[in-house]
Amino acid sequence: MTTAEFTAPHPRDPHHLGHRHAAHAHRAPGHGEGGPADKRIVVGYGFWIFLLSDIVMFSAFFAAFAVLERGTASGPTGADLFDMTNVAIETGCLLASSFTCGLASLAIAARRALWFHLAMAVTFLFGLAFVLLEMREFAGLVAEGAGPTRSAFLSAFFTLVGCHGLHVTCGLLWLLTMMAQVYAKGFRPHVLRRFLCFSLFWHALDIIWVALFTVVYLMGAMT
Amino acid sequence: MTHYDPHDVDTAPGDELLSEYEFGAGLRGYLIGLALAVLLTAASFWAPHTGLIWGPGIPVALVVFAIAQMGVHLVFFLHVTTGPDNTNTVMALAFGILIVVLIIGGSIWIMESMNYNMMPLGPAMVQP
Repeated sequence: MTTAEFTAPHPRDPHHLGHRHAAHAHRAPGHGEGGPADKRIVVGYGFWIFLLSDIVMFSAFFAAFAVLERGTASGPTGADLFDMTNVAIETGCLLASSFTCGLASLAIAARRALWFHLAMAVTFLFGLAFVLLEMREFAGLVAEGAGPTRSAFLSAFFTLVGCHGLHVTCGLLWLLTMMAQVYAKGFRPHVLRRFLCFSLFWHALDIIWVALFTVVYLMGAMT
Repeated sequence: MTHYDPHDVDTAPGDELLSEYEFGAGLRGYLIGLALAVLLTAASFWAPHTGLIWGPGIPVALVVFAIAQMGVHLVFFLHVTTGPDNTNTVMALAFGILIVVLIIGGSIWIMESMNYNMMPLGPAMVQP
């Protein structure tokens, strides 16, 4: 090989598959040049794999619910129990909190601390409203004798919906931790990576809720 | 400072291919996602109460709305794209969806088939 081959500019590919510009090669090591990928990418990808495994776990609970849905043991069915107005408000809260979490991502990308804290505070309030509405619904069901011990259907219902609610509760604690870390440490790379994982987690929870309100509540209220 | 080209940096899952000067573009993406998600949610809640959809077709409509909304969330909130930086993300997602379909579909298939093959439990067969 001659040195001319290294210095000659390669034609730019329209889909940015190559990144063979010598001057920029170090900025995109994940394309097979310049060593291992950036830590942000490794961390984000690892967390993505965790989220997929979490979704696989939820799919087992969904399968259990689908199989046990008719096993009401002569007890109340979904159509008797579910308050669709409450479910609609819960859905709105979680969707709004997912949107404001996206706004927090934009604020953190622009390094604006005030907007970040504002967006995260709104996200927390919507998430908290969701958890409180769900707890009120559960308390109401138990009070009218439709607790998880009543039938196989209700066991599966409380396991599936409760598992999602537990995830949201943990997400709320994580959210407060992220606000505290951005406040105390500022926009350091490891704080930014943690927030990336948090935003992935929060958006994934909303995706699971979409499946949940469709399968459990909307379809359950029809039969 | 030379011209900043966002295509020259790798993106992590969930990251959008934006430079710091494109705050407005990022906001527009989230607003489009929110609008589509609200529309699909409203359609889901409205579907069982309308006479427009043939009764037995309502569950199918609900599943279609749900899958569409999950796609909206993936594209506009999680920024899953078909770009080269997202290949690994999409491959992992595809494998996850395969496992989910196998678990849910397989469970329903096996249990429905078992329920079909079992004798109905009459009063005489119930153990005291």
